[in-house]
Parts: sequence; structure tokens; C-alpha cells
Amino acid sequence: MTAAPSAILLDLVERRARRRGGRAGRHITLIAGIAILGIVAAASLAAPLITHYNPDTLDPLRPLAPPFSSGHILGTDEFGRDIFARILYGGRIDLLIAFGATGVTLVAGTAIGLVSGYFGGWVDAVLMRIVDLFFAFPFFVLVIAIVAMLGPSIFNMFVAIWLTSWISYARITRGHTIILKGREYVLAAKALGYRHHRVMLRHILPNVVSFVLIFAMVDAVGNVLLGAALGFLGLGAKPPSPEWGAMISDGQNYILSSWWLSTLPGLAIVVVGVGFSLLGDGLADLLRVGD
Amino acid sequence: MARYSFVLRRLLQVIPVLFGITLITFFLLHLIPGDPALQILGSSYTKARGDAIRHALGLDRPLVRQYLLFMQHLFHGSVGESIFFHEPARTVIEERLPATMFLIGYSAVVATLISVPAGIISALRQGGIFDQAARITTLVGFAMPGFWLGIIFILIFSIHLNLFPVNGYGSGFVGHIDHLFLPALTIALAFSTILIRTLRSSTLAVLAADYIDTAKIKGISRFRILSRHVFRNAVVSVVVVFGINLAFLISGTVIIENVFSIPGLGSLLVDSVSTRDYPVVQGVTLVFAVMVVGINLLTDVVHAALDPRVVLE
Repeated sequence: MTAAPSAILLDLVERRARRRGGRAGRHITLIAGIAILGIVAAASLAAPLITHYNPDTLDPLRPLAPPFSSGHILGTDEFGRDIFARILYGGRIDLLIAFGATGVTLVAGTAIGLVSGYFGGWVDAVLMRIVDLFFAFPFFVLVIAIVAMLGPSIFNMFVAIWLTSWISYARITRGHTIILKGREYVLAAKALGYRHHRVMLRHILPNVVSFVLIFAMVDAVGNVLLGAALGFLGLGAKPPSPEWGAMISDGQNYILSSWWLSTLPGLAIVVVGVGFSLLGDGLADLLRVGD
Repeated sequence: MARYSFVLRRLLQVIPVLFGITLITFFLLHLIPGDPALQILGSSYTKARGDAIRHALGLDRPLVRQYLLFMQHLFHGSVGESIFFHEPARTVIEERLPATMFLIGYSAVVATLISVPAGIISALRQGGIFDQAARITTLVGFAMPGFWLGIIFILIFSIHLNLFPVNGYGSGFVGHIDHLFLPALTIALAFSTILIRTLRSSTLAVLAADYIDTAKIKGISRFRILSRHVFRNAVVSVVVVFGINLAFLISGTVIIENVFSIPGLGSLLVDSVSTRDYPVVQGVTLVFAVMVVGINLLTDVVHAALDPRVVLE
């Protein structure tokens, strides 16, 4: 769940990377992942075309309407807001968390790992000690602690993830960079007098990027769950927002009479998470890393 | 001899990590934008009150002095005074620690009981119906928010079937087991998604090893091969996976405590965010990090005891 870049994910990636390809239907996994995420992204972006309900419009006459009643496919919440509309619009926030949190740390962490592994020396030693330190903290606890200090908000949640999540990417990239910089073609590129940045970007990075991308998909699942968990705890997106975790938290008060308030947004999270997992599995098989 | 020196070496490695943990925990306080005293007091801010809080947090001294003071307090077992509870943060944390420790241990046991059979059966019947079902379940389970699953469990098992208490910690060992069953199950299920996959692949690796073929040729019974070779290796990988994924287990605990209103460190941490109780946030973060380092050390030592190859590496 939450713990995006914890060692578990590194472990998962290494295992995925080691798994040999050749399994029938590997493209099906990839296509299924892309399709799920594509549909969810398109539906949340095109939300105004799909539903005429506004996610924030209150309807005092129809609170807690069950699904498939009075024109509300998925029912309404305690304020009469349409759940379907809220899930669609909420998808914008949750997908933004998945892409925004993952994308930034992906780029920054890879760059740091590349430089650290390539140049070695004291820069490498210092950076890797920092990485080790961050790994001593349970990721989720550290994110909450940082959010606590900065003040709970969706932006500060991003900052907390950015501050802590790059370490996994740095560790993966560094490990592979160290192996690759001893390879003949890298040595040849250096012997030809290419500049460091050219060797790093043209010769090493392309051979590392598949490992990093596969990890990023697992990390994205973690970030979706983390964003939702912080929304649920009131430390990320705030209640009027249709963020899925915040919706689950709202609905918890009405769980006895109206189960749909909490359960339906949770299903949306599961769908997005499965989408990223399938995409990661499919990518691992497609790129045949480890062969 | 090699084993003792291994343990000693691991112990020495822990020292710089612990030192680094104190640094990060210390600097957390300096992430607060603007004046922490103003953040804490809000509209009730006066110069005198602000000065008192700044002094209590040590913010009226130069940075290096602040850290030295922080370390000095830490050596005396103090992480400062709780702003919300008006007592030492350590006391507050100590009250909440047992519930969290119990929940982590309980979840680990439940996760093992689920994962070891599931992982081994998946590997033994690779590609079979059970294996396929386990693959899909772990895929979906990995993407499932634990707090959401917890709410659904409350709805089904506590409210509709009336089998378990809705929330709280209960009293006495039996009370804890009863009250914490659903929370532990929720955390264990999330954790099992990783454990099952790891156990499956490590068991497959063992089954493909030469010594299994040798054992078969020697005519050793299937049961004996499974119990002596496969199961023993599975136990070792469970220990390793626990060490690696402990942080994941703790993260699950922090969220689930809040769903089931368990008076542990996780709910304390989240409550302290809204009360701006910075010393408690620092203290809880520190305790969790030390817990991770400590249990990692323990799993390494257990691993070395179970698997002689570790020491030689």
C-alpha cells in the first residue's frame, strides 16, 4: 500500500526484472494496463461530457440516495452530491498525484543516481549515506512527519513525496550505472573523448531507463494509495474536494445506512492501481529486462 | 566465531545510521515555515507565550547548540515536552507503544499463516488453478487501499455479522487478540500480497535446485523433501522478506490504527499533526525509525543463525 519506495518495491522490481519473458499473452497485460488507465484518464478529463452533475452542487432534497435511484447512477452523498460525478472529477486529483508525484521523483532520482554512480568518489559516498538514512524510516511515517511540519495540504503532500521518494530511483540507477560504466562500449565512448554528459545520457541512461520505468509503475500504485491514504487521514486533499480517499473518509460516518459512499471511491482506487500494476508487468515483459 | 564477528559488524554498522536518524528527526522541526511558536499558538500568540515556546523547543539558540541540546536530552531519554498533553512526549509515546507493537506482531503472525501455505502451494502447483487465483488476488490486493478494506471488514464482520468489536484495543491478552483481529487481518492481507509472491519464487528456485534432484534420486519421500528442504528455505525467506518490508508493515499499521481507533503510535502521529504537537511528531518518527533499524538487525541475526551462507558472504 502506501509505502511507495520502500524496499519491498525495489524487491518487486528486481524480481520482475529477473523474470524471463516469453510468457504467452504478455502484450495482453500491457494493453490491458494502458486501456484501464486510458479510460480512467479520459473519463475524468471529459467528466463534464459524461455527467451533467457538478461534483460540488448540493441537493438538500435528495441526500443519501442509493445507486440507480432518481437519476443518480451511483447515488448521492449526505449533501445530495452525485457520487458518479465526484468520482469522475476526483480522478483528476488522484491521477495528478500518481503522475505528479511519480514523474518528478523519477526524473530527479534517476539524475542523482546517474551522477552518483558515474562519478563515484565522495559525492557518491555522501549521497548513498543519505539514501541509507532515508531507508531507515518507514516511508509513510516520514511523509506524515514532513506534512505535519509543513502543514497539511495537497501541495505539501507533493513536497513530502518529492523529498523522500527519489531515493529508490537513485539507488536503482546508481547500481546499474556502476555496472554499465565498466562495459566496453562505455569505455570506448570515453576513449573517443566524449564528454561526461554525452556518455551518461547517450550510453548509460538508455540501458538503465527500462528498470527505472518498471519501478515507476509500482511506485505509481504506491503513490495513488499514499495520496488516498493522506486524503483519508485529512492530511492531503481536504473534505469538500472529491479526492477518492477524502470521499472514503466522509462516507465512513454513514457506513451503517449508506454503504455506497465509502465503497465506490475505493473501487476506483483499486481500478487505477491494477491499471498501473498491469502496465508495469507488461512493460517488464516487453522490455525483457535481465535477458 | 564467524557468526559472532558478523553480529558485531552489523552492530557497528547501526551506529552511524542511528546518528543520521537523529539528524533527520532534528531537522524536521526546521521544516516548519515561519515561526513555529506562531503556528502552535495561532490567535492566542503573545510575545511572552511565543518566547516560552521558542525556549521550550530550543529555537532561541544557535543551530549547533540546538542539535547538541537535542542529543543531550535524547541520551536522557527525553524528546521534549508534548505541547498538547502538557507532559513529556516520552510518556505519551510509551503509553501508545504497546498497542502498536502488539498490532505489528499480530499482523506478522497472521500474514505468515496466510502466506506460507499459499506461496508454497502456488509454487508446487505452478500454473494451476490455485496459482492463477493467487496471482490475480495478489495483483488486486496490492492495489487495494488498506483503510478501505478495513472499513469494508467493519461493515461485514462487525456490523452485519457481529463477530468482532468495531474498534478499540480491548483489555488483557485475549481482549487484544479479539479487538485487533480485524485490523491485523487487514494489514496482513496487504502484506501477504508481497510475501506470497516472494515465497512462490523462492520456493520455485529451491525446487529447481540440484540437491532436490539428488534427494529424489536417493528415494527420499516427497513429504520429507518438502519438510526438510522446501519448508526450511521458505522459513528463511519469510525472515528476510520481513526485514526488507518491515517499513511497509509499519506504514500499514499507522493507517489501520486510525481506521479502527486503536490507541497506538499511528493514531498518535496523525492526531499530533492536527494539534501541531511537533515534539510528539518528532518522537514518534524517531521511535519508528529505531524500530525499523532494530528489527532489521534482529532479522539479519536470525537469518545468519538459520542460513550459514550469510556469514560467509
